[in-house]
Amino acid sequence: MTTMRQQTIPAHVEANPSLGTWVTVAEGLVEVHVGKVELGQGILTALQQLAADALGLSPELVRIRTARTDSGPDQGLTAGSMSVQESAPALRYVGAAVRQLAEATDVVEVTTYVDRIAELDPETNLTGLGVVGSAGPTLVVGTDLPRLDLPDKVLGRPRFVADLRRPGLMYGRVLRPPSVAATLRWVPDGWAAPGVTLVRDGSFLGVVGDREDDVDRALATLSSAAVWDEHDTLPHDDALTDWLRSAASDLIEVGADDVPESTRTASYSKPYLAHASIAPSCAMAQWTENAESVHVWSHSQGIHRLRAAIAAALDLGPEAVSVEHAENAGCYGHNGADDAAFDATLLARAVAPRPVLLRWSRADEITWGPLSPAMTSTISARLVDGRIDGWAYEVWSQGHASRPGYAGGHPGLLATAHVAGGTPLPPAFDPLGPAFGSLRNADPLYDVGPRRITGHCVTEAPIRTSAMRSLGAFFNVFATESFVDELAADAGADPVDFRLAHLTDPRARAVVERAAAESGWGTALAESVGRGIGFARYKNLGAYCAIVAEVEAGTELRVRRLVVAADLGLVVNPDGARNQLSGGAVQATSWTTIERIRFDHRRISSNDWESYPILRFPAAPRVDVHLIDSDQLPLGAGECAQGPTAAAIANAVHAALGVRVRDLPLNSEAIVRAIEETT
Amino acid sequence: MTSLTVNGEQVDVDRPDDTPLLTVLRDALGLVGSRFGCGQGLCGACTVLLDGKAVPSCDTPLWQAADSIVTTVEGLAADGPNPVQQSLIRHQAAQCGFCISGIVVRATALLEEHPNADAEQVAEALERNLCRCGTHQRIVEAVLAARAVTT
Repeated sequence: MTTMRQQTIPAHVEANPSLGTWVTVAEGLVEVHVGKVELGQGILTALQQLAADALGLSPELVRIRTARTDSGPDQGLTAGSMSVQESAPALRYVGAAVRQLAEATDVVEVTTYVDRIAELDPETNLTGLGVVGSAGPTLVVGTDLPRLDLPDKVLGRPRFVADLRRPGLMYGRVLRPPSVAATLRWVPDGWAAPGVTLVRDGSFLGVVGDREDDVDRALATLSSAAVWDEHDTLPHDDALTDWLRSAASDLIEVGADDVPESTRTASYSKPYLAHASIAPSCAMAQWTENAESVHVWSHSQGIHRLRAAIAAALDLGPEAVSVEHAENAGCYGHNGADDAAFDATLLARAVAPRPVLLRWSRADEITWGPLSPAMTSTISARLVDGRIDGWAYEVWSQGHASRPGYAGGHPGLLATAHVAGGTPLPPAFDPLGPAFGSLRNADPLYDVGPRRITGHCVTEAPIRTSAMRSLGAFFNVFATESFVDELAADAGADPVDFRLAHLTDPRARAVVERAAAESGWGTALAESVGRGIGFARYKNLGAYCAIVAEVEAGTELRVRRLVVAADLGLVVNPDGARNQLSGGAVQATSWTTIERIRFDHRRISSNDWESYPILRFPAAPRVDVHLIDSDQLPLGAGECAQGPTAAAIANAVHAALGVRVRDLPLNSEAIVRAIEETT
Repeated sequence: MTSLTVNGEQVDVDRPDDTPLLTVLRDALGLVGSRFGCGQGLCGACTVLLDGKAVPSCDTPLWQAADSIVTTVEGLAADGPNPVQQSLIRHQAAQCGFCISGIVVRATALLEEHPNADAEQVAEALERNLCRCGTHQRIVEAVLAARAVTT
């Protein structure tokens, strides 16, 4: 990767062609403006590395400026493990253009180079330059540059959106309805509480005040005073697979070969899951004096989409709304960030021009943020002489996409369904290929002969769903990789050998072989301890990842160790990539073994850390991460481990106990049920 | 008016007795290093030392902190990052970092009391601190590495 001619103009430069959108100079530092946002994944550090090399500067001379709609590039969403893939070519192109324009090769002193950058015309159109320079040096890319944001976090400095303070700041809370379909019947006339202003619009209720404790007390009394009409609209949470398979749905067919009669069929399922970020959603908003325009601070994954959605919801021109990104706790997909931004906007309008810092409650975070949908699938395959020859996969799920502005014209912001004259949020839909939503990784990478892959995107939406880390891939890989183990057993083959026999892609084979070798695959284990493997190439386009899980299935199921082997292509920051892979695997261990959103026909009852437990320190597995050296295109790291983790755990439980658990969560209860079903 | 000592300074707080200590710290005193995660004492993001004991400040009412000594994550770094903080940074033991200030406080209290705590004891001590990004292993390793410095 030392030299490379810029053959084409990267998409993100095409969309943001002005030099000054990307690069400015301030205080002797080259400021690189980016449209990707820090979600806890360390992207700002990786972008700093890419930018430093692209510009031919040491990283201390580069300052990354966080995304905002009124300056800097629009790089779309920060999602789908695409940030490095999309940013690397753009930053390299911009860097090459800057070096060419500033005649970097002539300068001896770095300060001269920075001064020359400062003098460049910000209006320069980058697409018309005919940039032919090299890709810049590779000095910082590939090294473990420490995270830029960690000192603030570890030392407890202001860093997060909830830490923002502005003159005249007020605090805001929203009182959400007690159940999904509830509407406000009554609030006492003249309801008031000390130190707060009530904001009411239809079934949207909020309070704003100068002091946070006043606001919290007021919210509690308002909650007791408000009377709601509630309705039973939810399916039975113990019969979700029946509901999914009978609900109205749209058909999506991927492969439609004629598939011969199968020798094995099995069905799998997963429940609804919550993002369960450690911080509830939060935002700050401030209107101008005349309430004509508003500025919003949000931890949204897509500030430009959010801006358009807020403007549309309030019938304003887009120029009346500006959004800048502010960090919050880990974001694992479409959570309540955008909704909170709109809540803050509504509350702040009532007290313009004062800024309002709005925060959700823990209960609202779990019950009102979009959930990862429940899913179920059935797989059939034919085994001929120990090889798979015919594969049919059919999956049912609500959609995985309901971000602001996704569903034809509806802003998709929660409060738009609660304000007077509001319309219900449209159901989530499923993006089509190649990445898909429900069908993500539904099509296995193996040579399976004729295949038929079918998805049913459920269009009823009793519960709000959207994208959570890896979307359908988590479940589809769990199901297909469990089933591959079932077929391997039918064939009397070792699960690793069986996979290799059906894989031709050398990069796929390499991660499977590496995970097996590093885990001591095939060596003896104690009784009730088992090893299992799971593999996938994320989206069938992204990173390759194989994971071996070692579980102990005693009175409690314990995932002791996960061995991760991944080919991510070029890695900008190996330590950061390891952190992401390991974190993804541990989070998926929690999803796989513990988590499940519970509800009755009316209310979601999983609404705190006791009713929605997640994995805790004593139960966290040891994770060993092995990266395959590669100088191929970067493939992303954040979402490739989830599916393989789930499958590896399920296969390890089977290896330990001889029982096959096909319904998540894979806890002791599920193991007992599976044992009962097989005896 | 309630008096308490926060990070070595005596402060008088004019808030009702039932105000959560976390709100006092964040809103009245501007110490935002203790984070709000749940408001129910269940996630550990707001952990502070109250007379040397690690407690969730979100469900500690102000009256309970009256005339007490409160140390927050900021206070632990008053003379520069403490050994746990240094070690967490050295090990890059965080992802989103929202849970980490509570973990710094809890781990510091643990090593005060058990300077030779082993991995299992560290994990047990952090049982009430939730991490959603899955950084548990690095955090435990970083706390273990901080032992040599604190003892």
